[in-house]
Amino acid sequence: MSSSRAFARAALAALVALVVPVAPSQAQPSIGIVRPGDSASLSSAQLGAELFAGNCMTCHGVDGRGVRVPRPGVGDVRGQGPSLRGVGALAPDFYLRTGYMPLGEPDEQPKRHRVLLSEREIRALVAYVDGLRPDGPPIPTPHPERGSLSEGLQAFTQHCAGCHQVVGEGGVVTGARVPPLRNATATQIAEAVRIGPYVMPRFPRSQISDRELDSIVRYVLLTHHPVDRGGWGIGNLGPFPEGIVAWLLAGGLLVGVCVVIGRRVRG
Amino acid sequence: MSRLWGWLLAGLVLVFGWWRRRGPEGEEPERLVARTSPDRRAENAVIALFGLAALAAVAFMIVYALDDGSRDRTQLYGLTFGACLALIAAALIVLGRRLMPYEEFEEDYPEPEHPDEQEAVSQIIRESGSGLTRKRLLLTAGGAAGGALGLAALTPVLSLGPWLQTDSLYDTPWQAGRRLVDEHGAPLHADAIERETFYTAFPEDASQDEIGAPVVLVRLDPRALRLPPERALWAPRGILAYSKICTHAGCAIALYRSPLFEPTAPQPALVCPCHYSTFDPADGGSVLFGPAGRALPQLPLRIDARGELRAAGNFSGPVGPSWQGVRGERPT
Repeated sequence: MSSSRAFARAALAALVALVVPVAPSQAQPSIGIVRPGDSASLSSAQLGAELFAGNCMTCHGVDGRGVRVPRPGVGDVRGQGPSLRGVGALAPDFYLRTGYMPLGEPDEQPKRHRVLLSEREIRALVAYVDGLRPDGPPIPTPHPERGSLSEGLQAFTQHCAGCHQVVGEGGVVTGARVPPLRNATATQIAEAVRIGPYVMPRFPRSQISDRELDSIVRYVLLTHHPVDRGGWGIGNLGPFPEGIVAWLLAGGLLVGVCVVIGRRVRG
Repeated sequence: MSRLWGWLLAGLVLVFGWWRRRGPEGEEPERLVARTSPDRRAENAVIALFGLAALAAVAFMIVYALDDGSRDRTQLYGLTFGACLALIAAALIVLGRRLMPYEEFEEDYPEPEHPDEQEAVSQIIRESGSGLTRKRLLLTAGGAAGGALGLAALTPVLSLGPWLQTDSLYDTPWQAGRRLVDEHGAPLHADAIERETFYTAFPEDASQDEIGAPVVLVRLDPRALRLPPERALWAPRGILAYSKICTHAGCAIALYRSPLFEPTAPQPALVCPCHYSTFDPADGGSVLFGPAGRALPQLPLRIDARGELRAAGNFSGPVGPSWQGVRGERPT
């Protein structure tokens, strides 16, 4: 019943988008948010349920039970996704505040995106998903100021740098892209370590303690503003690319100087 | 006394040099280099550039002396010292281009000398070999000596790898019954091994630095395993152990691709960060992608009465990077 209501709402939203000319800066991207028409008058719990029904249920199923076998959902989206029962507030907070969700296609790798939901909507959705099953993990509160930078570098090298590179620039793993960490907040780093989004492994407390996590967060926050003693970081890619750039620049300069001081021999 | 001598000698040299410079009276000898017109502007430029270079060098010294380590000054070091070198180079360029005379000379190649004698030498070489009666045998003997010398020079190549004798490749600290411990030596409980993450384990009471020591531990759904029939008992409760050393170039398998929701993400895999060799932990470590030529060696596991993980034997194949002669599975 509610899925047909969601469809009706989506159709209405599409009609409104066609009829009412919207300023380009406010235009919705291809993955738009389906909102209840009277969201201001709704309670937080109602808003969360409405938003979930309109934007998440195609893939995550009724009551967040998940959709294992793909099936057609709202619009042309083929719905398939994991169960959200028991993920607590941890996972929805991460996925919504990074813009990972909502996802355009279920087979896509979620990637950082402009957040399309308001703060109130995020809170309502997180509370709704958290309430699907009690006793889910809460949103972590890392304390980077309590961590140690050197321990953080060591732990990051051991657990994270294989994929994310030692300066958090990201890269690839076969079959997926490894996101850079330059926009990750302290809370998002802690959340990602405990969740293991997409193909990243999950690190429970037995692997990375909360204290160690504080140190890792502190180190990652440092990589947002690396100390560029030379003045030009060249993306902090490491000594080899830096050397190559220096050689190319110096080589070009030397060729230029040769052209200036040389004389063409005739004959 | 010796210092006085030194001064005296220096004075003598100075006077002699001055006298030589004035030279014996008379007109100048004929010039070899054409006289060029003086160029005072270029001279001034050279002098100014040298002066600026000296200033830059002094500036470097001042910056260095003032550095108390509180701020990064590497840019200033680079600027001042680099400017000094660049200004000296600029002065030399102006000197070379504007003040030094420039002439172009050309000389013809000489004709070949003594063509008749060259012909005679060729004839001598041609006729010298005519006294040999068994030319072919001599050539064969010489060829044999040269070939044997080449083979002897190639023999040390054998040291690059095992030759027929491959037993040492199966030499690891693992044997049936040895406990798995973490990097601090604490034994690993099967219940503590969680899914969607990975662990590094070592053999108890053995060196952790040996190439055959480290294993990577993962836990998968036992129903998802596709192990060969003879390895059916190697992964109790879905816990699998593989050598942590990539079979391609010997890097550590530091990446575990662990999908949060398997239907829409790539399958679980152990990945080497060096060249992205990708191994399937559910299928006995077979190669999914990348330059690795053979599967990751699997370590058979069992869980003892106390719930601790123990090895049930040695690896399924030779551990470590591959080279000619090691590719392929363990001989039975």
